[in-house]
Amino acid sequence: MTNGWIDIKNTDMMLIMGGNPAENHPCGFKWAMEAKRNRNAKLIVVDPRYTRTASTSDLFLQIRAGSDIAFLGGVLHYAIENNRVAKEYLANYTNAAFVVKEGFKLPEDGLYSGFDAASQTYDRSSWNYEEGNDAGGAAPSHAATPAAAAPGAPPPLPGMPPKVAYDFTLQHPRCVFQLLKQQYSRYTPEMVERITGIPKDQFLKAADLFTSVRKDGDMKRVATIIYAVGWTQHTFGTQIIRTAAMLQLLLGNIGRAGGGVNALRGHSNIQGATDMAGVFDSLPGYLKVPAPTDVDLATWLKRITPTASKPAPWDSFNYYSNTPKFAVSYLKTFFGDAAKKENDFAFHYMPKVDRNYSWTQLWDNMYRGSVKGMLAFGMNGVAIGPDSQKNIDALKKADFLVVGEIYPDETSEFWKSPGITPEEMKTINTTVYRLPCAGFAEKDGSFTNSARWLQWKNAAVPPPGDCRLDQDIVAQIFLKVRELYQKEGGKFPDPILNLTWPYVDAQHPALADLAKEVNGKALADLTDPKTQVTIKKGQQLPGFAWLKDDGTTSCGNWIYSGSWTEAGNLLARRGTDDPSGLGIYQNWGWSWPANRRVLYNRASCDPSGKPWDATRRQVWWNEDAQLWVGNDVPDFKPDSHPKDHMGPFIMTAEGVGRLFAPLGLFADGPFPEHYEPIESPVENALHPKQSNNPVVKKLKTAADKYATPGDGFNIICTTYRLTEHYHYWTKNNQMNVQLIPEPFVEIPVELAAELGIKGNDKVKVTSARSYYVAKAFVTKRIRPMTIDGKKVYQIGIPIHQGYRGIQEDEGKDARTILNRLTPTVIDPNAFTPEFKGFLVKLEKA
Amino acid sequence: MSQATLAIKRISGHAGPAPGEGVERDYQVCKLVDTTTCIGCKACEVACLEWNGYEFTDTVFDNSYQTMPETTWKYWNLIKFNEHENSDGTISLLMRKDQCMHCADPGCLAACPADGAIVQYTNGIVDFQQQNCIGCGYCVSGCPFDIPKFNPATKKMFKCTLCVDRVSEGLEPACIKSCPTGCLHFGTKEDMTDLAEKRATQLRENFGFEKAGVYDPAGVGGTGVIYVLHDATNPEAYGGLPKDPHIPWVVKFWKGPAKWIGNLAMLGGILRVTVHYLRFGPKIVDGSKHENGGQP
Repeated sequence: MTNGWIDIKNTDMMLIMGGNPAENHPCGFKWAMEAKRNRNAKLIVVDPRYTRTASTSDLFLQIRAGSDIAFLGGVLHYAIENNRVAKEYLANYTNAAFVVKEGFKLPEDGLYSGFDAASQTYDRSSWNYEEGNDAGGAAPSHAATPAAAAPGAPPPLPGMPPKVAYDFTLQHPRCVFQLLKQQYSRYTPEMVERITGIPKDQFLKAADLFTSVRKDGDMKRVATIIYAVGWTQHTFGTQIIRTAAMLQLLLGNIGRAGGGVNALRGHSNIQGATDMAGVFDSLPGYLKVPAPTDVDLATWLKRITPTASKPAPWDSFNYYSNTPKFAVSYLKTFFGDAAKKENDFAFHYMPKVDRNYSWTQLWDNMYRGSVKGMLAFGMNGVAIGPDSQKNIDALKKADFLVVGEIYPDETSEFWKSPGITPEEMKTINTTVYRLPCAGFAEKDGSFTNSARWLQWKNAAVPPPGDCRLDQDIVAQIFLKVRELYQKEGGKFPDPILNLTWPYVDAQHPALADLAKEVNGKALADLTDPKTQVTIKKGQQLPGFAWLKDDGTTSCGNWIYSGSWTEAGNLLARRGTDDPSGLGIYQNWGWSWPANRRVLYNRASCDPSGKPWDATRRQVWWNEDAQLWVGNDVPDFKPDSHPKDHMGPFIMTAEGVGRLFAPLGLFADGPFPEHYEPIESPVENALHPKQSNNPVVKKLKTAADKYATPGDGFNIICTTYRLTEHYHYWTKNNQMNVQLIPEPFVEIPVELAAELGIKGNDKVKVTSARSYYVAKAFVTKRIRPMTIDGKKVYQIGIPIHQGYRGIQEDEGKDARTILNRLTPTVIDPNAFTPEFKGFLVKLEKA
Repeated sequence: MSQATLAIKRISGHAGPAPGEGVERDYQVCKLVDTTTCIGCKACEVACLEWNGYEFTDTVFDNSYQTMPETTWKYWNLIKFNEHENSDGTISLLMRKDQCMHCADPGCLAACPADGAIVQYTNGIVDFQQQNCIGCGYCVSGCPFDIPKFNPATKKMFKCTLCVDRVSEGLEPACIKSCPTGCLHFGTKEDMTDLAEKRATQLRENFGFEKAGVYDPAGVGGTGVIYVLHDATNPEAYGGLPKDPHIPWVVKFWKGPAKWIGNLAMLGGILRVTVHYLRFGPKIVDGSKHENGGQP
């Protein structure tokens, strides 16, 4: 979330799309209701199904799963056409005025400039800004077009120019604003209707309502966009979210109380998992992992440290220029005294990531036999999917599987999943270790919620019986491996032998020790030259501003620095004072970065430093103090005078929000473009010859099958959670099970009538991968749709059941792991599988 | 469920004034259910079970999100779901928390013949006292909301107590405490009515629900549970909320005129017996009729 849960109460307008917070985040959803009750805020819900969130909406639109970019692009088009844009914000706080290089081409035919069909990748060098000065009124310059890349081997990307050509009047034909306008001019209400199935009048109603916050040039009102994995889980998921961010930039809603783009995380600590490098291509704090081409520390740092790129009259803080401080402090945390200046702070100990190790790739590698074992903690890999059967078949080939869980789950019992005969079972030689672990209430530690708040929790009860804490299991495995390396040596024992392990009880590291380590400490006496404040060697750091790239600080995750200082555990704070009434709660827990509650909050003020809305004052420029001050911690250089025109988006090299994402930021385009899901009942109405995202690659084993409407797969299927259940856990809890006791398939009344299906009948859903059997839930809440003149049905299936719960699966032979149906294709930027919007057949079972 | 700390206002099947009546003036308590912000999460269902110490129930999926068709003797709080088709062809998913309404004029209490099986406290809570319940089920016929339910094992009637055990200790009912969206409120009847009317006005004026209103039916003297509805003219759409609930005439007749007719009839019988006795004297039993020497 750019903002936070409580901040939703400050909004005037909500668009909830790709998410269903009433069902999946009921506690947080209270703030949406507060906004309605206390501010008369309006709520628009766009979803393939009429959900319980929709039941509280002022306007509900049923959209075809996977057509979100078309809808949002249509709203962008509407806002521009109807002058519902935040002009001053747009010109000053985004890259709207930046001129893009000649040679860049918009995807009228579905392809941006630079596509190489053989490798299915883009040479992205034309997706760049033009170097220069004020280009307003000047004839377009004729910069040399980049040399065509050799197929399959795009040259290393050039950097962004330090001085970007600009036209502050936004009239230059190649300025970002004009390109944006051109790009979405194709997304007319008629086109939106053809692609999304939302009737034109309904779409216009929603577009008018959402953009009404900028009616007649008003800047006081604020709109928020709230989403979840209904956006993420597509082969263009990242780009859907980008479209939302662009719309919010266009309307001037980012950085403001009640605004922002707000991702609702699916678990209590998913935000924490990503912050702490839960994905293979980042280190804690979103530092990019070293690649084999990073031959030494300097090469790595040069690659991952951006340099400022901006119009000459403007200023850019470019906070990521501090990357070397974060990276070196991280290496010091890992390798302690073994990380010295002379040895590049032990950079050579770091693994270099040479390929994609994302979720579907890991399973694919195991399926192909190159991954031989798995440690599975805190997740149920078989049930999570996609293509559960492929994951089961992959595990059959593994040598070992270690599962740390609180229940016997589908993963640890993959070898007796329904369909496996006693004969086949004898042929499965995977050794499975099932370790009983502690549940969340049995351990202390912190959760980082969607709002980026770190909150400490205490253990409520001790783990029962032989159950152990996850960190104890991991520690003991590590200590054993280290012992083996000490005894037996190995190819490269240094990283293991030199890894710091400074915990009081090595076998049982306290999470408090880890939290302190993550915050970081001084490794020498440090003095701030400005304030003469000194931190003694060994003391906890007050924040990331103290980090150094000379080895005198350690820090496990720079964005968490400041969370456990000499003042103690700030995560455990429970102060309820909120003087501004904006729900900032500065003394409750701690939010990254620097206890800031709303990111980019400088943008809540006009260029002169005055809040756009005086009733929702977050930060402002104090002329007397010559400082940015406020109710929230300013997300800005505190002493940067407004007249210096420093951009409010200090984490980008440009200092401004990116309507156009240059160069290597995205694999599939600097602007989002509508592509069809890999399995779609229709061709892409914008460019039928390029229906799908061109850079999406399908996996190629025998298990990776994809359906087409030609094969009779004509029904769109989407997947979701229910409020009554939590993932694959609560099927073990009778209190939850009684609320929704059985798996079901939600089917439109009209489709059910066509197929002769009545409510509670058993139905069989078949995809190209596998099939699923459950009861029919015949409902009026999903309507038939007309997509580009074709009648299309959508059905929906909740994810929660499997073959190792109670009650729903008598006999333990039910085919109710939903992800047996889902395809293994992934988003090219975030590598998330396309769980939403695949094709199926439906019949009576 | 005896609550000695609460003053009793009325007692079922009981002649004369309730003990302590008129001594103490209490607030009328009230639950406000704003159906326009209810998200059907069922937290109140689980909170009700857990506070009252009931275990889970075996349920069957029945083409709905609704947990079960109706409340049961051990499941007092149930969200009723209805996929409602609006006049303009759009769909609404109406969700209403169903439970005892705690009527000011409780039909169950009126119908109950057992002394002290149903009491109404001065704060408005209508509570069943199972130790006095005779399991006759007359309360069912008295209730226009179909709330009292029979436990076949104990042969007693049960229903929502409005968490009388919590309320008497100054706590809000368990369902209220568990509600995540703030669609449930608890307070005095006056405050809740005021809040409900304000919300209904807001819905009419700012959200286009022209028929929004408060459900607090006069036919049962008003209720201790009131609803804000998007369309107060059609309460039936909310899981069959009766439009104009009344205590059934049978019960009224039974406890009103019929009771007096009965009393008169009884009195008449006694009178006849007395007159008969005075006129003819005691009946003399002829012992010779017992063939077994008087042994019964």
